[in-house]
Amino acid sequence: MNMKKFFAIFLAAMMIFSLAACSGGSTEPVAPADGDTPEGELPESTVQIHIGATGPLTGGAAIYGQAVKNGAEIAVEEVNAMGGIQFIFQMEDDTHDPEKAENAYNALVDWGMDMMMGTVTSAPAEVTAADAYADRYFFLTPSASSTNVIDGKDNIFQMCFTDPNQGSGSATYISENNMGEKIAIIWKNDDSYSTGIRNTFVEKAGELGLEIVAEQTFTEATKTDFSVQISKCQEAGADLVFLPMYYEPASLILNQANAAGYAPTWFGVDGMDGILTMEGFDTSLAEGVVVLTPYSADDESALNQNFVKKYQEKFGEIPNQFAADGYDCIYAMYKAATEAGIDPASMDHEAICDAMVAQFTSMTFDGLTGASMTWGSDGTVSKLPNAVVIENGAYVGM
Amino acid sequence: MNKLKGMNRTTRKNYLTYALVIAAYVILEAMMRGGGLKAATKGMLVPICAYIVMALSLNLTVGVMGELSLGHAGFMSVGAFTGTAATMCLQAAIPSTGLRLCIGIVIGAVAAAIIGFLIGIPVLRLRGDYLAIVTLAFGEIIKSLVGNVYMGVDHGQLRFSMFTNELNLSPEGKIIIEGAMGIRSIPKIATFTAGFILIMISLVVIFHMVGSRSGRAIMAIRDNYIAAESIGIPAFKYKITAFTISAAMAGAAGALFGNNYSSLIANKFNIDTSILILVFVVLGGQGNMLGSIIAAAALTILPEALRGFADYRMLMYAVILIAVMLVSNNAKIKDVLKNAAEKRTEKKLAKGGAADE
Repeated sequence: MNMKKFFAIFLAAMMIFSLAACSGGSTEPVAPADGDTPEGELPESTVQIHIGATGPLTGGAAIYGQAVKNGAEIAVEEVNAMGGIQFIFQMEDDTHDPEKAENAYNALVDWGMDMMMGTVTSAPAEVTAADAYADRYFFLTPSASSTNVIDGKDNIFQMCFTDPNQGSGSATYISENNMGEKIAIIWKNDDSYSTGIRNTFVEKAGELGLEIVAEQTFTEATKTDFSVQISKCQEAGADLVFLPMYYEPASLILNQANAAGYAPTWFGVDGMDGILTMEGFDTSLAEGVVVLTPYSADDESALNQNFVKKYQEKFGEIPNQFAADGYDCIYAMYKAATEAGIDPASMDHEAICDAMVAQFTSMTFDGLTGASMTWGSDGTVSKLPNAVVIENGAYVGM
Repeated sequence: MNKLKGMNRTTRKNYLTYALVIAAYVILEAMMRGGGLKAATKGMLVPICAYIVMALSLNLTVGVMGELSLGHAGFMSVGAFTGTAATMCLQAAIPSTGLRLCIGIVIGAVAAAIIGFLIGIPVLRLRGDYLAIVTLAFGEIIKSLVGNVYMGVDHGQLRFSMFTNELNLSPEGKIIIEGAMGIRSIPKIATFTAGFILIMISLVVIFHMVGSRSGRAIMAIRDNYIAAESIGIPAFKYKITAFTISAAMAGAAGALFGNNYSSLIANKFNIDTSILILVFVVLGGQGNMLGSIIAAAALTILPEALRGFADYRMLMYAVILIAVMLVSNNAKIKDVLKNAAEKRTEKKLAKGGAADE
């Protein structure tokens, strides 16, 4: 009895402590000024904008969150070095869980966020976007591609293509370039991202007269062994296998198909991006894989070369599409904020939101993931999809 | 005061639990009204309530009935999906959010109770490890099924399909459950007050059940199955009653949880969630309802409170969890406490103040 009492008190004390701690600490944000610039040099009137972001920094989808964070941090440093508007960037971990994403969003509200650079993955973004819509925070997501993130919300914008766009875009690309006669699909049927793309792909493939010879599914619980799915695709004689999924299961499929001696054309979408930087993955297995993505790191433009160079110096790897999305998001927000004359000192987040929405629907933006991007009032971006092929461990434009 | 002293230990403990829950509610609600709560804390109130009810529900199965259930998130899932689908369907018919939420919770509880009863029939004939493994399997089955259901409303009628979307809704129709993509665009109608009421109802149900004839029978079965059966206690009947009540509570918690987020996916209610709830129960003490409440609240807040550790957050969470578990089972610490308690009793006796039990 006394033991129980002791622990009840101990735990209650712990809870009170943690409630109190809740209000406090947050990770060190990217400071507005570089270390070598004394703070006193900044003019009094400097506009400081707090940009909040959430994404999976730990857990199974961490590679996406980390890439977006790295890309965004490079952009924030560049923007702040220009001396105009100063960005203070803070990214909270949501572990790819809607419940945690809501907590992360609330932590950002407490931190004093002025606008939000979205949530990285779709399912958590559906929750944070609904909150941002209700609370009127401007919201630009780098990579949450589900249409439900933006549906019916005027202040939510996407930097990436929507899922249906990726599905039908892939089908169109395959059909136009005659990449395969017999198509097989392996998809994760308990995942909204994978299901969404697969559904629109099948629909569009039907319209275009593509022949789908096999459809194989897997779930979270069965994502380690693909021998059955691979042999079914092989038996059906598929010469192109469409993989609308994240890079982790895709890496296993490539590995196991290689062991089974099956070598069709593999076609992935943006979730496949990241496979090359995955730890312990033999990149030679990904040779010849086609990925539908708006970004390729080998692009010759000065803008991209600068970004790739900085990214490699800082993080020691070649940036993927997510990093580029994060980078573009910061620049798009910088452009819009500068042109709309945003100043959090005199505007609250609702006024900022309205001004940013007006600016976003009317401006044209050139970034890493596309030139002359424009946004519709529904929040979708219009830019050209681009397929890249993996050659010698790097993405090469087709 | 004399009346309080006259009560037995269990009754006093029950009243203490009620009092603490009410006090916590009053303080937090007052702080919220006064605007003294941060958005992060405010956002966690409803999920904490839902997890508390889940912990209480599982404590009934694990602590009181003495059977290990590893699929409790499955019942939460059933409650969340039916409860949320119900509130969404009734959106136009019932404008009052409070009433709608109430109906949603009741529907969630009833649906989960039915599933709990059906699963209980085969499962409760097993005991020990076998029961635990079968509940684990049922939890996974529920997750897979819920992840493949499609449901829509069209001109007042409900339509269902499995595996693929074959609802053929007219343009006015509305899809509600969309397979793996779950339920979307849920209006957030769950409130802290509703969560508080649900906790209180769960406590009343559990305390009355434990104190009743059935409760004593259930605990007798837990403590010695053969002896209980030999004196004519119908073990299966009592067990299934407790299991169904436990499932109903989990369903109610799920409905509250589902109505607090704008999207809901079946994958949320996986084995991780089941284990998390089991951790609440084990940490709080099996059979100890107040312990469950505190453990559920503390362990829900903890990962958020550790945000300051950035990348090391989950590591810290695990370290703290291990430390708490070790400390709470450390024989030396137990001895120290026991000695201290004995000394206190001796002092009391020396003073001549009669110990109250």
